[in-house]
Amino acid sequence: MRAKDILGKSGEQAAAEYLEASGLRILDRNWRCADGEIDIVAVERHALVVCEVKSRSGMRYGSPLEAVSRAKRARLRRLAVQWLNAHGVRFDQVRIDVVGLVYEGTGGFTIEHIRGVG
Amino acid sequence: MALARTYSVALIGITGHVVEVEADIANGLPAMIMVGLPDTALREARDRIRAAIVNSGEEWPQRKITVGLSPASLPKRGSWFDLAIAIGILAAAGQVPRAALDGVMFFGELGLDGRLRPVRGVLPAVAAAVERGFRRVIVAEANAAEAALVPDVRVVAASTLAAALDWLCGTPGLRGGRPAAECKGSQDVLGEILPDGPVTATTPQTPDLAELLGQSLARRGAEVCAAGGHHLSLLGPPGAGKTMLAERIPTILPRLDTAAALEVTSIHSVAGTLPEQVPLLTEPPFLAPHHTATKAAIVGGGSGIIRPGSASLAHRGVLFLDEAPEFARDVLDALRQPLEAGEVVVARSGVTARFPARFTLILAANPCPCARAAGPAEGCSCSPTMRRRYLGRISGPLLDRVDVKIELEPVGRTELLNDRNFAESSRTVALRVLQARERAAHRLRGTPWRLNAEVPGSELRRTWPPAPGALRVVERSLERGQISARGVVKVIRVAWTVADLAGRPRPTRDDCDMALGLWLGVRR
Repeated sequence: MRAKDILGKSGEQAAAEYLEASGLRILDRNWRCADGEIDIVAVERHALVVCEVKSRSGMRYGSPLEAVSRAKRARLRRLAVQWLNAHGVRFDQVRIDVVGLVYEGTGGFTIEHIRGVG
Repeated sequence: MALARTYSVALIGITGHVVEVEADIANGLPAMIMVGLPDTALREARDRIRAAIVNSGEEWPQRKITVGLSPASLPKRGSWFDLAIAIGILAAAGQVPRAALDGVMFFGELGLDGRLRPVRGVLPAVAAAVERGFRRVIVAEANAAEAALVPDVRVVAASTLAAALDWLCGTPGLRGGRPAAECKGSQDVLGEILPDGPVTATTPQTPDLAELLGQSLARRGAEVCAAGGHHLSLLGPPGAGKTMLAERIPTILPRLDTAAALEVTSIHSVAGTLPEQVPLLTEPPFLAPHHTATKAAIVGGGSGIIRPGSASLAHRGVLFLDEAPEFARDVLDALRQPLEAGEVVVARSGVTARFPARFTLILAANPCPCARAAGPAEGCSCSPTMRRRYLGRISGPLLDRVDVKIELEPVGRTELLNDRNFAESSRTVALRVLQARERAAHRLRGTPWRLNAEVPGSELRRTWPPAPGALRVVERSLERGQISARGVVKVIRVAWTVADLAGRPRPTRDDCDMALGLWLGVRR
């Protein structure tokens, strides 16, 4: 595995733990279909949360949150619909969240969770 | 959540409107949204401001930033608001104390490196800010002298965004670079720029009226126009000295007084034609647009930012149209409104801009298209019809507003030599012009007018008629149909100027006859 993939994997693990600690119930991880991949699918109260995890080894190329472009958000919305169809379930609310992680050394991350990004 | 407000000014024409810049930082993916009718240059501010903030060593808030410019209905253009937006964002992020922003105006474009660049139109903008109760402005160093012309305002000149921040935070020099400095007050500045003597100082290099040898009538006409603000038309063959005369008229005009100087400087500031290192224009402007000029170039216009045209840039000065018949007819006719109203109104969708345009118009024309000297011996081959058609390109209504018409003849050798002893220098004539203007201003005190040319006809006939019997020849011309009733009013106006120049309390018969001669001038 390459360094960036290791960072990504451990970032997703840290994000999942962080979300669970903040009260979200995780339904699915790394769900794939023809259009792409959802990093984390979770539930918070009555809302389905489709969560994108972005990890960075530093701020040299800007914050990880900035890397979630408009096109990426639109794809996440499409993927959310596909996930719902694939599992045959309905939710009152569907939300797109982003978790940004910056590696701080010694295995720790600075985590930022932004709810409802569109 | 985190909200901060800063203020700047949007200019429409030379009128400033205070704009409130609100910056809001909310949770969300990092983005910057700008609302409130920004144009493209202003939308680009997003990337410019971000680079400027980061390169100034400040932190760019990694949040959703919304910047609102209100009133939202007012179109806002250009890079003018960069500094206000940048400071607003940093204040919303808590990097600048919000209390420091009270009563402060911000003008300036930011470079990507955080440098503060000068913008156009600072003088009218600062004046508008002061009118609305703002007492401090932060501007780029290159704009500081201009901003300081406005009374009752503390001008802070900053070279960079960092310097502006240091000044606001009260930590000069902390962020490095040259600290922001306060300029001295307007009274000191005006005192330095405006010398005591109101007459234009002539240096050996400047042109002088005395150089126009052999054209004593033309020199006299120029003097009358300068004293009364009358418009002038010059007709004559090439080489007779039309252009030479027109170029020398500014040398006999008095210096602008403080109010006029500020007004003229405001217009030139908006147009971006202020010379560097000269914050205040004190000499009457002289504009000589080329005859290919468009209507927008003459009266002002342009899509997007409405710029003043030559007519406004010549405000309180001279607008010289050389080869007037060569100008497009609609361009000449567009001058009729400013000639009448003293201002230009440019209407565009959304906004209407007004620019003052009270200038002395000077038209110069050859008598015919072949431009050879007139008369059978000189070889002019133009038929009378051709001549009439050529001069007919200057429309009647425009020519009707010209009070003094002079025909210049080519000068012979003897006249050149003889006149050497009589030609007066610009300095002498300027003094007479100044005295005549003072006399007129004294007579017109308590009225909105200052020059004889500005007085409306009805008022003129009622309040300031010439001496009894002085109009005898003029009235005879009226009976003969040489002159219209409106022409009579114009003659009286010029007669007053002639009397003012001679120091007479009211126009005599000689003055009226002189004025009639100047009015009739060229017969078409």
